[in-house]
Amino acid sequence: MGMGSDMYRQQILDHYKSPRNYGELEDPTFTHVGENPMCGDEIRMDVKLDDEGTIERVAFSGDGCAISQASASMLSGKLTGKTVDELLEMDRNDIIDMLGVDISPMRVKCAVLAEKVAQDGAKIHRGELDKSKTSTED
Amino acid sequence: MSQQNVGTLDIERIRSDFPILEREFDDQQVVYLDNAATTQTPDPVIDAMSDYYRYTNSNVHRGIHHLSQEASEAYERAHDRVADFIGASGREEVIFTKNTTESENLVAYSWGLSELGPSDEVVLTEMEHHASLVTWQQIANRTGADVKYIRIDEDGRLDMDHARECITDDTAILSAVHVSNTLGTVNPVTELTELAHEHDALSFIDGAQAVPNRPVDVKAIDADFYAFSGHKMAGPTGIGVLYGKQHLLEEMDPYLYGGGMIRKVTFEDSTWADLPWKFEPGTPQIAEAVGLDAAIDYLEEIGIERVQAHEEELAEYAYERLEAEGDVEIYGPEPGPDRSGLVGFNLESVHAHDLASIMNDHAVAIRAGDHCTQPLHDKLGVAASARASFYVYNTREEVDKLVAAIDDARQLFA
Ligand SMILES: Cc1ncc(COP(=O)(O)O)c(C=O)c1O
Repeated sequence: MGMGSDMYRQQILDHYKSPRNYGELEDPTFTHVGENPMCGDEIRMDVKLDDEGTIERVAFSGDGCAISQASASMLSGKLTGKTVDELLEMDRNDIIDMLGVDISPMRVKCAVLAEKVAQDGAKIHRGELDKSKTSTED
Repeated sequence: MSQQNVGTLDIERIRSDFPILEREFDDQQVVYLDNAATTQTPDPVIDAMSDYYRYTNSNVHRGIHHLSQEASEAYERAHDRVADFIGASGREEVIFTKNTTESENLVAYSWGLSELGPSDEVVLTEMEHHASLVTWQQIANRTGADVKYIRIDEDGRLDMDHARECITDDTAILSAVHVSNTLGTVNPVTELTELAHEHDALSFIDGAQAVPNRPVDVKAIDADFYAFSGHKMAGPTGIGVLYGKQHLLEEMDPYLYGGGMIRKVTFEDSTWADLPWKFEPGTPQIAEAVGLDAAIDYLEEIGIERVQAHEEELAEYAYERLEAEGDVEIYGPEPGPDRSGLVGFNLESVHAHDLASIMNDHAVAIRAGDHCTQPLHDKLGVAASARASFYVYNTREEVDKLVAAIDDARQLFA
C-alpha cells in the first residue's frame, strides 16, 4: 500500500475521531483563524499564556480533513508548556515528526495548517504581523 | 443512445492506444477516473504531434519554403477540421486559444470591456466554472455592469423560471456551462440562447465538458460564442477553441497584439489580419493544433455518439453502485438525458481529500476539492466533493474498484 494508508495510521485516526482540546477557550490570550483554500478547511486556534508567557492551554475548532484535524489535536497538546519562542521556531518537519507518518506532498498543507495558524496568531499578538486571516497559500 | 451496450465499443483495442493506462503504482494498475480534469492522450495523437516535430516543424504564415508551407497548411487545416466537427461555417469562426479559460477571457476583454457599462447585466449560472464566473465578475466590476446568477434547483438543474426572470432587456450577455463539471447537469443551452436572443443579448456557452463526449452543433444551439479545451477530448494541453459567429468576430477588436495578426503596420497605426488570425497573435500552438486535429479523427473513428453512450452507461452504473452504498451523497440530476458521464459525491463520514488519498492507495485516481466551482460548493453546503469521471477507455470493473476503495475508506474511518 502506498502513502495514503501509511498516512491514516491509528494515532491519526484516533485524534481525528476523538480530538483533544476541541472547542474554544473562555479567556484566550490570543485567538486566530486560518484556512487551507486547497481543501476549504478552516481552523481556529485559541492560546492562553501564563504570567511568564508560557503556553498554558490551547484549544482548536473548525472542520477539515483527518490530517488537518489530527494535526491540530496533537499540536494543541504538544504546545502546552512551550514558550511562544519555541512555538515560532517550529517548522514543517516538527509537524511531520509529531504526526509520525509520511505525508504525501499534496497533503503537507493540511498537516501544517494548525501550526501556521498558531504561529501567525502569536506574531499578531506580538505586533509583528498584521492580518485578519491566515492562509496556507501565503 | 444510452440503451447501447458498452460491448459495442472494443474497449480492449481502445485501451491499447493508451499506454499510460498500463502504469502501476505499488503493483496496482492505475484506474484513471479524473477525465473531467483532463483526458489521456492516445498514441495516434502523440504520433501526429511527434511526426510534426520530426518531419514538418516550421513557423507558420511566414516562410516561402516548403516546410513553412506544410506547417501552415497543417495549422490551417486544423481550423477547418474543428469547424466541421462543431458545425461552424468555416475557419473564420474558429480561433485557437490556450484553453477554455483563455477563450472566455478573449471575449470578456475584446467584447466585454468595450461593450459593457453600468446599465448592462451579465447573466451567469450558479454552476459556472471559475473560468467564466471569475472572468465575467471581474470584467463587470471594471465596467460597472451587474452580474446575476440563474439559480439551480434541488436536483442540480437550472431553474428555468428564474432564468426567464434574470434575462431581461438589460442583459448584454449570458454565459452558461453546457455541461456542469461538478453536477454533471446538461443544461438546455438552446433554450437559454433563445431567451438571450429574445432580449437582444449574446450567448456564450462553455462547452469544456460537452464537446469531449457528445455531438455539439453550434449552429443548432445558435450560440454566439462557444468554448472548449483540447486536453479534455483526447487531445493535447495548450490548445483550446473559441467559436464565434463571424459577424461578431469581425466587429470585435483583438485584445492581444503582435505579429501574425496584422495586415499593415506603420509607426502610427496598424490594421488587422483576416479572421481567425486577427485573434491569434505571435507564433501559435502549431503541434497542438495538429494534435487536436488527430484527436478529432480519433473520436470520429470511434463515433462521438458511442463515446457518449459509453460514458453515460458507466456514469449510470457508478450512480447506481454509489447510491446503493447508502451513506454516499451524490450531487446533480439522476441519470438520464440531462446528466453527463461524471459523478460528484461525498462519503458521509470521510472528508473528500481523505477519500481521494485512500483511493490513491488503490491507484484509483479521482478528483477531490472544489473543482473550480467554489460558490456552487457553498450553495451545496460542502467545502469539497469527490468526483469520478469517465471516458472511452474506462470499464465497469474500474467502477467496481472505485466502490471497493470507498468501502475501504469507510472501514478505516469507522
Ligand atoms: C466547465 C468547465 N469550464 C472551463 C474549464 C476550464 O478549462 P481549462 O482549464 O482547459 O481552461 C473546465 C475545466 O476545468 C470546465 O470543466
